Amino acid sequence: MAGEIKKLMYVNRRAPYGTIYAWESLEVVLIGAAFDQDVSLAFMDDGVYQLMKGQDTEASGMKNFSATYGALGDYEITKIFIEKESLDERGLTLEDLQHLVWEDEDDDWAERDSIQLVSRTELADVMSGQDIMFNF
Amino acid sequence: MKLTIQVNEGPYQHQASDSAYNFAKAALDKGHEIFRIFFYHDGVNNGTRLTTPPQDDRNVVNRWSELSKEHDLDLVICVAAAQRRGIVDDGEAERNGKDATNIADGFRISGLGQLIEGAVESDRLVVFGD
Repeated sequence: MAGEIKKLMYVNRRAPYGTIYAWESLEVVLIGAAFDQDVSLAFMDDGVYQLMKGQDTEASGMKNFSATYGALGDYEITKIFIEKESLDERGLTLEDLQHLVWEDEDDDWAERDSIQLVSRTELADVMSGQDIMFNF
Repeated sequence: MKLTIQVNEGPYQHQASDSAYNFAKAALDKGHEIFRIFFYHDGVNNGTRLTTPPQDDRNVVNRWSELSKEHDLDLVICVAAAQRRGIVDDGEAERNGKDATNIADGFRISGLGQLIEGAVESDRLVVFGD
């Protein structure tokens, strides 16, 4: 892959624990971060639940992987799009989600927001600019 | 066109792997190149040679093995997904202390990097499954 940089988007559309798609999507994202591509993530439909604060999986016996999203900034994944309509339809706001940040090395490691709240139309525009879409 | 195909569902329960197979066959017939077929999530179950479907039904696993042999296809099973679901080759059996293997002919187990590489190297990533 000689220096070729493509725009990759991972689209997360499912709730975190009912199926394994969310966790196995995150595994692709973390491994894929080593490939130096132009990566962004989108969370829409029930996928917005993946970023909920205060997840507690003890009663279900499932592995709680929600803290891993907080490490995305360290993997230089800095573009995370949340679809506003998906939040609205579920009675959620950004306040219900984890606050994801990255540190800007060009600006004395200033903390920057990773999350961008976008409308369905805006997200469609972002999607149409991608080279590769991974849907989970 | 150079294609990488991702299969996300296992055989029989879901049509995705049948559709992926038919798509791969049609693409090859039309002269397209298949860079890699990557099996992820329950899709890794396409690669166990221990399946024994009724004789009057298609054999999804053997069909992949035959297509691979015919066209020298690179069929890659994700290692992390395979470990969860018990798809084992010699290397995995040794590494994880398992007493058997079940990987089918033509498949190999490797990492998720193979999926990313396939997507980046190909003109299109075509995904089958929900």
